[in-house]
Amino acid sequence: MDDFWLFLTILGQCLLVMVVVLISLAFLLYMDRKVWAAVQLRKGPNVVGPFGLLQSFADFLKFVMKEIVIPAGADRTVFLLAPMLTFILASIAWVAIPFAEGWVISDMNVGILYLFAISSLGVYGVIMGGWAGNSKYPFLGGLRSAAQMVSYEVSIGFVIVCVLLMVGSLNLTDIVLAQDGAGIFSWFFLKQPVMFIVFFISALAETNRPPFDLPEAESELVAGYQVEYSSTPYLLFMIGEYMNIVMMCALTTILFLGGWLSPFGVGHGVFWFVLKVVLCFFMFAMVKAIVPRYRYDQLMRLGWKVFLPLSLAFVVLTASFMKIFDVTPWAYTDEARDMGRGAMVIEAPVTSPQPVTTEES
Amino acid sequence: MQAIAFYLFAITACVAGTLVVFARNPVHSVLWLILAFFSTAGLFVLMGAEFLAMLLMIIYVGAVAVLFLFVVMMLDIDFAELRGRVAQYLPLGLAIGVILIVELSVGFAAWSGLEADNIEPSAVYGTTNAHALGAVVYTKYVYAFQAAGLILLVAMVGAIVLTLRHRDGVKTQDVWAQMQRDPKTAVELKDVRPGQSL
Repeated sequence: MDDFWLFLTILGQCLLVMVVVLISLAFLLYMDRKVWAAVQLRKGPNVVGPFGLLQSFADFLKFVMKEIVIPAGADRTVFLLAPMLTFILASIAWVAIPFAEGWVISDMNVGILYLFAISSLGVYGVIMGGWAGNSKYPFLGGLRSAAQMVSYEVSIGFVIVCVLLMVGSLNLTDIVLAQDGAGIFSWFFLKQPVMFIVFFISALAETNRPPFDLPEAESELVAGYQVEYSSTPYLLFMIGEYMNIVMMCALTTILFLGGWLSPFGVGHGVFWFVLKVVLCFFMFAMVKAIVPRYRYDQLMRLGWKVFLPLSLAFVVLTASFMKIFDVTPWAYTDEARDMGRGAMVIEAPVTSPQPVTTEES
Repeated sequence: MQAIAFYLFAITACVAGTLVVFARNPVHSVLWLILAFFSTAGLFVLMGAEFLAMLLMIIYVGAVAVLFLFVVMMLDIDFAELRGRVAQYLPLGLAIGVILIVELSVGFAAWSGLEADNIEPSAVYGTTNAHALGAVVYTKYVYAFQAAGLILLVAMVGAIVLTLRHRDGVKTQDVWAQMQRDPKTAVELKDVRPGQSL
């Protein structure tokens, strides 16, 4: 019976998070379009509802009411599976995000790896969608995106390692708590400014946002892997994509901007988390509006020849710095242990189990 | 609850593994393979090895299988011909399968008698996967770990050497040189009179 109630509680929490995330997504989409419009001296959506606030809901209704068109030569199963996969993967990532202290569905020990794994799976939706349409533009878009997302994952991985070296734990709540102390001055974006910028740019590339939106470059590929999609499948692709973007904003907030911690050192709470995520999203929207699209070879050059050596060098630098100046990772400090979150120091290597001796027999 | 989850993951993994072999379309094969990896990761989580599960997802599902899919999608395969040759490869495949099963059972038989009951639980519990693995991999097994890394590096260098070829007359972009240009060196103002060319 206890199991059943636990199951119900978790189900309720998941539903709550989904509803909140989806509704905020509707307004973030609106904000994205408004920011973009403002930069180009346009008004943006302003007809549906007061100031156009309900535009996203109108779009949603329009998408759902339309007919689903499946191309004749398409692989039907994979074609419909791809947008669902994108949407599901984007939603399940949220179980690991701590919105405030203790406000997390699953406080897992490998939270950051989980998010990294889920975001690296996002590429399947794109490749499958590109292939299943049996058409050349989507296929080219799918191939481009496969190469792009795999490339930038590498640098994201090394940036995460840099942060983990300072924290000493893979738990997302630990990562935020490690930035507690002197308000804004103990957040990691001041300790790792270069990695912060590398992470932000890699996040843009990982989520296929402009200036790295080559998988859906409308001037060359019409809309890339989404060309053959219409109606609800297209909507799922779009929601999944925006959810990934907001997820990356949340990850930036947790890794570098102190999560739910207040910049003044007191009054922590979910308010600060939301504010920082919206700020990150604003930066994403601004970059979309002001930066021209990269060429494919420039994109690959930036990923492999600039970010990869840079982030690798910073992993070595961070580790050497901590070794030379004898900085203890947060999880091994007394402060962490007092909170009951620290890691156990393993003094000696675990001894190998001795083979069972046959003397007894 | 755990038992239900175990059977769910185990059955999915087995079915997906079988369908990797029997799917007619090679792209579907790769997709089933991904499902098999995914279910195995679930089994790892159930065993409390969440770190390994995440590594499996990141490395195999997130990177290796993407490359598989990438290559298989671009292959131009005649499915009918492929199916016709199944009988030809059947004996070899069966032989490899039998050898694998025998090796696995011998290995398990030897292992379950020796170490399973003997692992000191206190050495593992009370700390997270990642910490426990790190404490062993970087101390006791450091040479094996480094050797594995070296082998991977050699393989990577080998792959690059095999595919790298220099061609003459290829235009490349020098970003630094481009950024050094300014209007003074790049732009020249000419006074063009009407009806005349430069």
